[in-house]
Amino acid sequence: MIVASRRRVLVLYVLVAALLFTLGGRVWYIQVMSGTAYTRLAANNQTRDVIIPPVRGQILDDVGRPLVRNQTSLVVSVQPTVLAKLSDGGAAVLKRLSGVLGVPVQRLTEQTRICTRTVPQPCWPGSPYQPIPVDQHVSDQVALEIIENQQSFPGVSAQVQPVVDYPAPDGANAAQLLGYLQPITQREMQTRHLPVTGFSGVDLVGQAGLEEQYDAQLRGTPGDQVVSVNAAGAVTGTVRESAAKPGDELVTSIDARVQADTERALAQAVQKARAAGNDTNSGSAVVMTTTGRVIAMANYPTYNPSVWTGGISQREFNRLFDQAYGEPILNRATQGQYAPGSTWKVTSTAAAIRAGYDPNSAYSCPGSVNIAGRTFNNWTTASLGDMDLHEALVMSCDTVFYQLAYQMWLADDPNGRPVSHPKDPMQNMELAWGFGEPTGVDLPEENPGVVPDRAWKLDYWNATKNYDCKYGNANGSYVQQIEAEDCKGGYVWLPGDAVNASIGQGDVLVTPLQLARAYAALANGGTLYSPRLGAALISPDGKVEQQITPPATGRLPVSRATLAYIRQALGAVTTQGTAAGSFAGFPLSKVFVAGKTGTAEVAGGQATSVYASFGPLSSPKYVVVVMIPKSGEGADVSAPCARQIWDGIYGLEGHQGAYPGGQRPATLPLIRTDGTIAPPRGYKGGS
Amino acid sequence: MAPGFRPGGPHGRRFPGTGYGRRSPGFDYGRLEAVRPSFRTPAPGTFGIRRRSVFARAVARGSPVRSLDWVLLAAVTGLTVLSTLLIWSATRPQLAQSGGDPQAFLKKQLLNVAIGFVLLAVVSMLDSRVLRTYAPVAYLLACLGLLAVLTPLGATINGARSWIAIGGGFEVEPSEYVKVTLILVVAVILGQLRDGDKAPRGRDLVLAIVVSLPALGLVMLQPDLSVVIVLSVIIFGMVVVSGARLRWIAGLLLVTAALGLLVWRMHVLKQYQIQRITAFVHPTADPSGSGYDASQALITIGSGGVFGQGLFHGAQTAGHFVPEQQTDFIFTVAGEELGFVGAITIIALLGVILARALRIAALADSQFGTLVAAGVACWFAVQAFINIGMTVGIMPVSGLPLPFVSYGGTATFANMIAIGLLQAVHRRHTIFS
Repeated sequence: MIVASRRRVLVLYVLVAALLFTLGGRVWYIQVMSGTAYTRLAANNQTRDVIIPPVRGQILDDVGRPLVRNQTSLVVSVQPTVLAKLSDGGAAVLKRLSGVLGVPVQRLTEQTRICTRTVPQPCWPGSPYQPIPVDQHVSDQVALEIIENQQSFPGVSAQVQPVVDYPAPDGANAAQLLGYLQPITQREMQTRHLPVTGFSGVDLVGQAGLEEQYDAQLRGTPGDQVVSVNAAGAVTGTVRESAAKPGDELVTSIDARVQADTERALAQAVQKARAAGNDTNSGSAVVMTTTGRVIAMANYPTYNPSVWTGGISQREFNRLFDQAYGEPILNRATQGQYAPGSTWKVTSTAAAIRAGYDPNSAYSCPGSVNIAGRTFNNWTTASLGDMDLHEALVMSCDTVFYQLAYQMWLADDPNGRPVSHPKDPMQNMELAWGFGEPTGVDLPEENPGVVPDRAWKLDYWNATKNYDCKYGNANGSYVQQIEAEDCKGGYVWLPGDAVNASIGQGDVLVTPLQLARAYAALANGGTLYSPRLGAALISPDGKVEQQITPPATGRLPVSRATLAYIRQALGAVTTQGTAAGSFAGFPLSKVFVAGKTGTAEVAGGQATSVYASFGPLSSPKYVVVVMIPKSGEGADVSAPCARQIWDGIYGLEGHQGAYPGGQRPATLPLIRTDGTIAPPRGYKGGS
Repeated sequence: MAPGFRPGGPHGRRFPGTGYGRRSPGFDYGRLEAVRPSFRTPAPGTFGIRRRSVFARAVARGSPVRSLDWVLLAAVTGLTVLSTLLIWSATRPQLAQSGGDPQAFLKKQLLNVAIGFVLLAVVSMLDSRVLRTYAPVAYLLACLGLLAVLTPLGATINGARSWIAIGGGFEVEPSEYVKVTLILVVAVILGQLRDGDKAPRGRDLVLAIVVSLPALGLVMLQPDLSVVIVLSVIIFGMVVVSGARLRWIAGLLLVTAALGLLVWRMHVLKQYQIQRITAFVHPTADPSGSGYDASQALITIGSGGVFGQGLFHGAQTAGHFVPEQQTDFIFTVAGEELGFVGAITIIALLGVILARALRIAALADSQFGTLVAAGVACWFAVQAFINIGMTVGIMPVSGLPLPFVSYGGTATFANMIAIGLLQAVHRRHTIFS
């Protein structure tokens, strides 16, 4: 061996050693120095969080009949990551699946494609790691076919999953009260801070009604499953799992039978009014206890809440919000604002008595009165002579209240200009009865109604004066003249405002629920409640988590004697007054229904028919309010409708009452650990 | 060992290192045994002439077995054992998931290793004259193989047309044989010094390069740039060790650099090759694209920590996050499952092999032997460095297997043949020097 070679082999020795030490040093750095950081990276790499949706709590009526049932059902879902791995992107699998499910393949494709910036709706908005449900109710046979032929259906599973349905016990629809569920959006995630563990399409969120109001309690706690995945994203095992905690059951004070009766009565009333030549297209009825528990809340038009399950189609969605279809999505009982008409006179009467007018004095009831240069007509042109306030209520004499209102206005505005502290007895009384503010019912998006008074007029003027002053013209058209007038003095509380408001017209607007709770306060001796539909939240194992009682929010500033006086007057309305015709033949000896009819004139349209009632007169338990716009006289449309509802509660006129003896259950239905529900003793459950 | 028999005889230890050369007939039983196997000699303390057991003869001084480099063999065996375990672990979950035999790769590799050891044994017994004589033929055959790869016989895997599929799911990768045979041919050319010469002449150097050009060109056509680099390093290393004058070496470096520049400028590189290099320079530029392999490899090795997740317990490995983890990226499996301890063991065993190869080069009795051993050392060194370097993020991603560890038939055979060559060289200087 030559010397040079030997020397150079030595150089190679050194070189090789250097290379190996480099590698060794690098491995030391990666594994020993940075090992923990890489371990964390690896863990992120290898696992995915999968949310196990909890079974949502059901919504039950007062005897335990489910209004919203969250049942488990065999659901076929598709795992998008598995399909994506197939050579044809899963087209063949979806085609086979479409054959088995009997669904067009086009629809399956749309349902299972992941929403991205370039993929238009319909598409799957959730996580691509979440199975996408494509059929919510498959038969055992179809499920078996899919499970047993996994080689033909890779990535397709048939599993028992929670599914919402609406059993409509006794035909109770209650769509607007129940609300609906929709997949949570990313925005709601951020704004509502929901306790969901991640954005996933299976997280349905209550979007309206009780589903929204009690969403936090109904939804339960999702389980969290951490699965290990391989590089292709396929699940290879479960790392850890926390079980989902089912949501609480919401027991409501709604009674399915009363609800169904109320809905039927309302629909019939609307149809009857329409048959009589009116443009009637909507209506609402509320049944509640005098202590603020809502027993039924019916709306017309309504819709089938099942349209929401499994994703609503755009057409159905548009229809729900379309005015041409009467906006069936609206819960008119809390969102509809109508002029109360003469039902409002109970507040005017209370205000007059409180302001010092003797109820038993004689007040004239002419066919019309002239106030501040304007003529205000009674509902009848004939003069009814002198009468006390009792009679004024019974006969629903408008002119009596016009004059009272004008006198009160004069007291506050002696020279056409308000005193420093106007008493405004009527307006303050109306506010004290809970009008002009939301009732605080356990339903979202409630409207407050309007009590027109000085403050309201000023606010209104401030909001509109810019427009009025811009377009108003004292010498222009009629509308322009009014605008010019409003621009100048639109904030002034005029006698006409006070007079119109005294009989529930003009700018007065109330929701049916507001009217119902005002009548409840009248009936119960003066306590104003914030109504509640929810009665209790019960955990799935039967524990009562929360009792819900309507809170008392105020007292009417009216003496018991005055309230009794008004109640007696309303009793007489049924026997000899405006509602006498509607209640002819009604067994008042069993249940004495007292009430007030109302016919609210609406500028440029047909009158709103209103009837507000309570009963039995001697010890009132329930309140029934019916408001049907564009239908005519309260006595003709709403009062007969209410009669039918009263009949439905007590079962007086030939058909079976919802409550035996008119007594609503005093206890909650019992939820057994096996999930079955027992009605309160003495009541019949089931549907 | 037969009872009472002391191998090496009474004087066996007097001449450590060179003792074999001192011929002492009558004393050195082992030596005689090796030369004349039929010679019978009475064991001390026994009566009569008795044939010694096969085992005793096999381990006798100077016997083929005794003359092997056992440290080298032990390191190779150690790596092979680790390798089969890692291949098993790397392929088991994937195979099980796809419904195949989870031990399919293990079984195939065990067969590869068995064949490899047979090849090792055969080659290590070859005489250097045989090697010199048949080196050109072997090299020519390997080059023909490379040519065949470019015909429709070849199969393209991972962008390079490097394989010939033969029946039964086996493939041959001629470029692996080219490495071995090129070492032999270059060693033949540069190892025959004329009398009085202290370094190969320029003519020999030119010849060596001209002879290696077909191999380099054919591999370039596959295209397999990393093999070209390995071959170049082998040739360059052998030229250096051959004792060539420094000015020749410098000239060679310049030419190589110029060629490299030309290759870059002429856009001979494929897009993926450029991407691999840019991904190496900017590893975070596209972690899910070109940089994916590299970043996943780092995560996998890093998550092993000091002692690893345990064999068969690597989650990254089971999830197959690193591609080609039984072949090119097998070091990641070791890193994750056996940790720093396992990784450093593999590097150390490779170090032992390289050290023994260089020792054999230094002690070889002929310039040919030195060059063969040095060529093999260069080959393993550069390939191991590029492979491990790529998994730990200090070299660009390439398709070179880790010697003795990666799965693969041809690579295993070629590696074992190379060890056989080392053993042959070692045996020669052990026996004759």
